[in-house]
Amino acid sequence: MTLCLEGVSRGGVAGVDLELENGSLTVLLGPTGAGKTSLLRLLAGLDKPAAGRVRQDGVDVHRVSPRKRQVGFVHQRFVNYPAKTVYENIAAPLRQTRGLPTSEIDAKVRATAELLRIDGLLGRRPSELSGGQQQRTALARALVREGGLLLLDEPLVNLDYKLREELGAELRAIFARRSATLVFATSDPSEALALGGRTLVLDGGRVLQAGPALDVYRRPDSVRVGELTSVPPMNRLAGRLAAGMLLLGPGSQASRPSHLEALPDGAYHFGVRPHQLRLVPGASGSLKLTAAVELAELSGSETFLHVRPSEAGQTVLVVHQAGTRPRSIGENVDVFIDPRQLHAFDEAGGLVAASEL
Amino acid sequence: MARIDVEDVAHRYDADAAWAVDALTHTFRDGSASAILGPSGCGKTTWLSILSGLLRPTRGRLHIDGREVTALPPRQRKIAQVFQFPVVYDAMTVFENLAFPLRNGGVAKEELKTRVEATAELLGLTASLDRRASGLPADEQQIVSLGRGLVRSDTAAVLLDEPLTVIDPLRRWEIRQKLRRVHQQTNTTLVYVTHDQTEALTFADEVVVMDRGRVMQVGTPRELFEYPQHTFVGHFIGSPGMNFLPCRLAGHELVVEGHRVPIDRAAFGDSGEAELELGIRPEFLELTSDRAEGSVPARIRSVTALGDHHLVTVACGERPLQVRVPEGAPIPTQRGFLRFPPEWIRLYHDGRLLE
Repeated sequence: MTLCLEGVSRGGVAGVDLELENGSLTVLLGPTGAGKTSLLRLLAGLDKPAAGRVRQDGVDVHRVSPRKRQVGFVHQRFVNYPAKTVYENIAAPLRQTRGLPTSEIDAKVRATAELLRIDGLLGRRPSELSGGQQQRTALARALVREGGLLLLDEPLVNLDYKLREELGAELRAIFARRSATLVFATSDPSEALALGGRTLVLDGGRVLQAGPALDVYRRPDSVRVGELTSVPPMNRLAGRLAAGMLLLGPGSQASRPSHLEALPDGAYHFGVRPHQLRLVPGASGSLKLTAAVELAELSGSETFLHVRPSEAGQTVLVVHQAGTRPRSIGENVDVFIDPRQLHAFDEAGGLVAASEL
Repeated sequence: MARIDVEDVAHRYDADAAWAVDALTHTFRDGSASAILGPSGCGKTTWLSILSGLLRPTRGRLHIDGREVTALPPRQRKIAQVFQFPVVYDAMTVFENLAFPLRNGGVAKEELKTRVEATAELLGLTASLDRRASGLPADEQQIVSLGRGLVRSDTAAVLLDEPLTVIDPLRRWEIRQKLRRVHQQTNTTLVYVTHDQTEALTFADEVVVMDRGRVMQVGTPRELFEYPQHTFVGHFIGSPGMNFLPCRLAGHELVVEGHRVPIDRAAFGDSGEAELELGIRPEFLELTSDRAEGSVPARIRSVTALGDHHLVTVACGERPLQVRVPEGAPIPTQRGFLRFPPEWIRLYHDGRLLE
């Protein structure tokens, strides 16, 4: 089905235009309070818009009850029928459709269970399952009906980290094999990237940017989108363009890179992802900032170094390196930045030139 | 602050039930930041309740700074706890919330004010002291809960039970930094319980990995990452976890899916084991389009772009393996070759690391 929101507002959602194409996957990415759940409830018809319209396949569905809209909803907390077996839990939505032959129900239940790798558990009850298996059952029940609209509100958030990683990695392939129109809400930028599809960055009830997941990550329209699309967030540098130069302070300057050539002289914010900062000189023409280490987070495979540049006007930067690189607090390091990797934003935070790297 | 010694502690909830935790022997050093990491049901919360005194262990002993506390109730242990969900008094201001544990302890007014203000300063709550706790977002309420744990000068240790569950990924990052800073400034003994490896590894100097009630490995994040003592640890630590492939030793080489892979033979001694598993991290596998000496052919199954890197799933024989390729590095299409750098090859027999 195709669903279209035109200027929809209510509660936590302000003036959202959105078109969901039949069979598409849309990921709503935003922090708590961004309006993700409010938007899902509007899409489901559980709440009516205070302003604007919702059209399903071209028809205004203002008066159509959610029950008749072919909508599935998967919540953060696993909701299953405790007294029913896994098989009956998955079959439940099909049993509501009158006249569906038992053999067809059976085939669909088994195929969906296999897709979610719970086909060996069909005779068990939810209480006999692990958390991950319970959420797989809830997902299977939502996916067993073909077509329609399926809304998933942070469905992995209550799972153990490892289960989340495992199921998250499978969901992309599972979704690709279903014909439903899917909307998946998450506050985790890496989940949005792993799912692929179209990302909609939400903040304060508004859509800040929409586009393919990787495009949004690589070309954030604003500083805020840059911050919301990776953990740790995009670093922000204060700087200036003057004649042929790019300056981050009196002691830190480089030739203006080609993607910033057309911009007028003046003050800008520059954005760069933590993994793009280096502690060894990279390409020639790099910018160098001297900075003091404030905190080193070591994960065993990665090091996140929080450093405060000595140049006035700069804020703390996070440098993300592979491997374990212990540093002491207060130690001075040189941070090298490839100017070709800098996105330029105006003083209001809007993108004026994106890096092509 | 204090040192906590756990001596051969075991607990079961019923006489005929399985052990929820067993053979726990560990020292939480004075002023250390430790984490207990493991999946749901591994016994980590049971352990925490034994430390705090909410649970008396079926067997074993517990000492705080050399004094046995096994039978002591929670309030006599001077251990503070921060839970999954913020525990604050909604109607009180942040100041009153922080002051509460001190008032209970009968601290004089002047000292109370000094302690509350110092704690607020440490946690960045100074500007919110006069606000009602109910008006704060969940993450700040959780900071207040932490402050209540830190405010008493005689706190022996602070236990944190999945404290970031209700917090967004981006804010979690900020709170973790705050915790690290607090630890560096106060040297409070902190024990952090979580199923989330990122939280455990970035927070703690020493991580205790648990599975099914038992300690699988204790180590620094680096040790756990580079030398998992057990296949469980290899799988559990790392995102995604370690790859495992069946293999056998043949002279100075390994035979993997019918292909010969050179290894640093001296590193594994004379094990003489026949059934082995090769373990290698996705970060260390190298994927190239050209065949090289000792490389193994692989089919490319899928490539997922994750921003700063690509995750490539390849099939080596029928076995799926994951390779982490940095942004910008070339990825072969359809077919490629895997190189196993000898220094990153680990061998396991019966789930245990060969050394």
